[in-house]
Amino acid sequence: MLMTDLLYARAQMGLSLAFHIVFAAAGVALPVLMVLSDWKGRRTGDADYQKLSQKLAKGTAILFAVGAVSGTVLSFELGLLWPEFMGQYGEVIGLPFSLEGVAFFTEAIFLGIYLYGRERVSPGMHMFSGVMVAVSGAASAFFVTLVNTFMNHPSGFTPSASGPVDVQPLVAMFSPGWQYQTAHVLLSCYQASAFAMAGIHAFVLLRHPGAAFHRKALSVALPLACVTALLQPVVGDLSAKHVAKAQPVKLAAMEGQFETERGAPLRLGGLPNVETGEVPYAVDIPKGLSILAFADPDAEVKGLNAFPRDEWPPVAKVHVAFQVMVGTGSAMALLALVTLGWRWRKKAWPHGRKMMWAWLLSGPLGVVAMEAGWLVTEWGRQPWIVRGVMRTAEAVTPVPHLAAPFWTFTAVYLFLGVTVVTLLVRQVAGTLPTRDGGLMGGEAHVD
Amino acid sequence: MSTDAILGFAVAGTFVLYALFGGADFGGGVWDLLASGPRKAEQRALIARAIGPVWEVNHIWLIVGLVLLFAGFPRAFAVLSVALHVPLTLLMLGIVFRGAAFTFRAYDTRGDAVQRKWGLVFSGASVIAPVLLGMCVGAVVSGTIRVEGRVVVSGFFASWLAPFSWAVGALALSLFAFLAAAYLTHEAPEPTLREDFRRRAMGAGVAVFLAALAVLLLAREGAPRVWEGLLGSPFAVALHAGTAVAAVASFALLWTRRFQWVRVAAAVQAGLIVLGWAASQYPYLVVPDVTLQGAAASPGVQRWLLVALGVGTAVVVPSLVLLFRVFRPAPLPGAGSKV
Repeated sequence: MLMTDLLYARAQMGLSLAFHIVFAAAGVALPVLMVLSDWKGRRTGDADYQKLSQKLAKGTAILFAVGAVSGTVLSFELGLLWPEFMGQYGEVIGLPFSLEGVAFFTEAIFLGIYLYGRERVSPGMHMFSGVMVAVSGAASAFFVTLVNTFMNHPSGFTPSASGPVDVQPLVAMFSPGWQYQTAHVLLSCYQASAFAMAGIHAFVLLRHPGAAFHRKALSVALPLACVTALLQPVVGDLSAKHVAKAQPVKLAAMEGQFETERGAPLRLGGLPNVETGEVPYAVDIPKGLSILAFADPDAEVKGLNAFPRDEWPPVAKVHVAFQVMVGTGSAMALLALVTLGWRWRKKAWPHGRKMMWAWLLSGPLGVVAMEAGWLVTEWGRQPWIVRGVMRTAEAVTPVPHLAAPFWTFTAVYLFLGVTVVTLLVRQVAGTLPTRDGGLMGGEAHVD
Repeated sequence: MSTDAILGFAVAGTFVLYALFGGADFGGGVWDLLASGPRKAEQRALIARAIGPVWEVNHIWLIVGLVLLFAGFPRAFAVLSVALHVPLTLLMLGIVFRGAAFTFRAYDTRGDAVQRKWGLVFSGASVIAPVLLGMCVGAVVSGTIRVEGRVVVSGFFASWLAPFSWAVGALALSLFAFLAAAYLTHEAPEPTLREDFRRRAMGAGVAVFLAALAVLLLAREGAPRVWEGLLGSPFAVALHAGTAVAAVASFALLWTRRFQWVRVAAAVQAGLIVLGWAASQYPYLVVPDVTLQGAAASPGVQRWLLVALGVGTAVVVPSLVLLFRVFRPAPLPGAGSKV
């Protein structure tokens, strides 16, 4: 396929966001886990929880730093790749972006105090800083998701030939569906991070079943992982119901629904074919979609054919990404149910081999679901950058040769990703039972 | 004062703060690269300790400035993103490598060779980024970025690769190095290290003077508006006079080793230089085709941005004060204890 500059611009933006999202999610969720173990350590006087908190603080420092620089890149890329979008709609979405900036500022300040100030501030102040990091991390994710909600369902302005007029920033900031999308995104941050952390400690416990430190670490990650995994399907369902009403073409692509019909089936899997208008290899659940989307087995679901062909998103990609998100989400919810059942019966978190294997294999699923869900919303909005008013192709920069920055940033992010993983692996390796104790001296002070 | 002027002032203010904090941070990287003499390791350790807790915070000023620019003056942001696409992309690479390498150096404890490699990436990027930043500023004031309607018609290279822009790049680099050295004289825990940075501050101060002279001489050809604006208004004259006084004061204080005042004078000097830049191009955002008023968002948006600015100030300023109080430099025995 011939790559046009538009495709390169989209690929670069997509790559930057896909990369940044992982670090941003960790920046939202790891502080919570870090503060929880810090708090547990203080309450129980158990040195393992203190050590865990310090390890998590190091992880947060590394991930936050990469998140901060990749976030800086994104704030430039908004203009470098989509100058027309920013030139026209920058003022409409400036308010949530500004507030995100404030939250990010606060997060960085208190992270500095938390990481480097352990010996310089009182224990209460230290704990307060940790809480502030967690709160402002969540706030910045909240505000930036509001921008995405606006792009999906723009409101608070009147479009005109020269751009938006009668701009109402508050209305734009809380565009329809904001409550579902922000809840969905915030939960996904906590869920992805908690599953990844549980996976790491399950991995160690499979090799060193007696490692007390890692059992305790698991006991910090599992509650958050289980609760978010069970809440997420509920929130996701609310979000999908909203999409069904507000963005019917996106829902049609997600579900591979070509014809408008009453009592539409739910298609699991399959690969939509836009030429034939069929979804081969899918398993149909009769009336499933009508029930899920509109709570009525005979509700009418609009099909793609009800919309002009040049307003279709890439159907196959959206459908497959959606299936991946729902599939991984269901698997995680199931594992959470089993784990909580075990916890309820045995009064302890599971640590048997089978369960550890299950948690190890589910470790990456949270991140996979998060990326897939993000792809659903972004691909699902195409060909629009601001749905219904500005096409992505109208927003792109006139600068030529966009292949060059795309490949450069691909290489840079690959390199950064590999380095971060290596560094984190070494952090975990430092806690393995055989080498325990000797490596922890002098690490109370992160430097 | 109209809301667009207040917002314009806020953008200039964030750039002043970015220069004072983020700039000094870049300068720290420059001195990491140029560390030399018997106390090489101690110099690097002092820089790492001074930057460590605050570097992420210091660079958020840039993001704040960007957000205020695209929210308050969206058209200017669009024009700059197109005209300066190439140097801004390179600047981004510099920022990514600098921040990542600084953090990796702190946490990648496989030994000296690896740390030196990360250190080189960190310090190399610290030199390149300020030059690019200065070149972008040079392009903006030079009047060579031309816009017709909404379209940038002056190409993607000429404006920032002109001699004048290079001179501004050199000025930015030497100014940031000067700031960092001046701050470090105050942060240094022992006299010999303090002397190291005193000498560096004086050297960098001379470089600032020479670069400023070059900017001035090239401005006549390369940035006529700046040249005329230098003596254009009483306000501009007062600003430049203030800069000169601060520069002389920084030198005198360095000479007489009054280090706690050196950093104040250096900060005033740098702040006035950045304000001088802003004043010399007022009322333009991109000389000569985009004005503050012409690029401004609608008044309703501007009012909400001012509210956000107020909220931000109320939240961020006390937190920042706390941060800098916690990490106030205290004379510590043995500077080399850090990685």
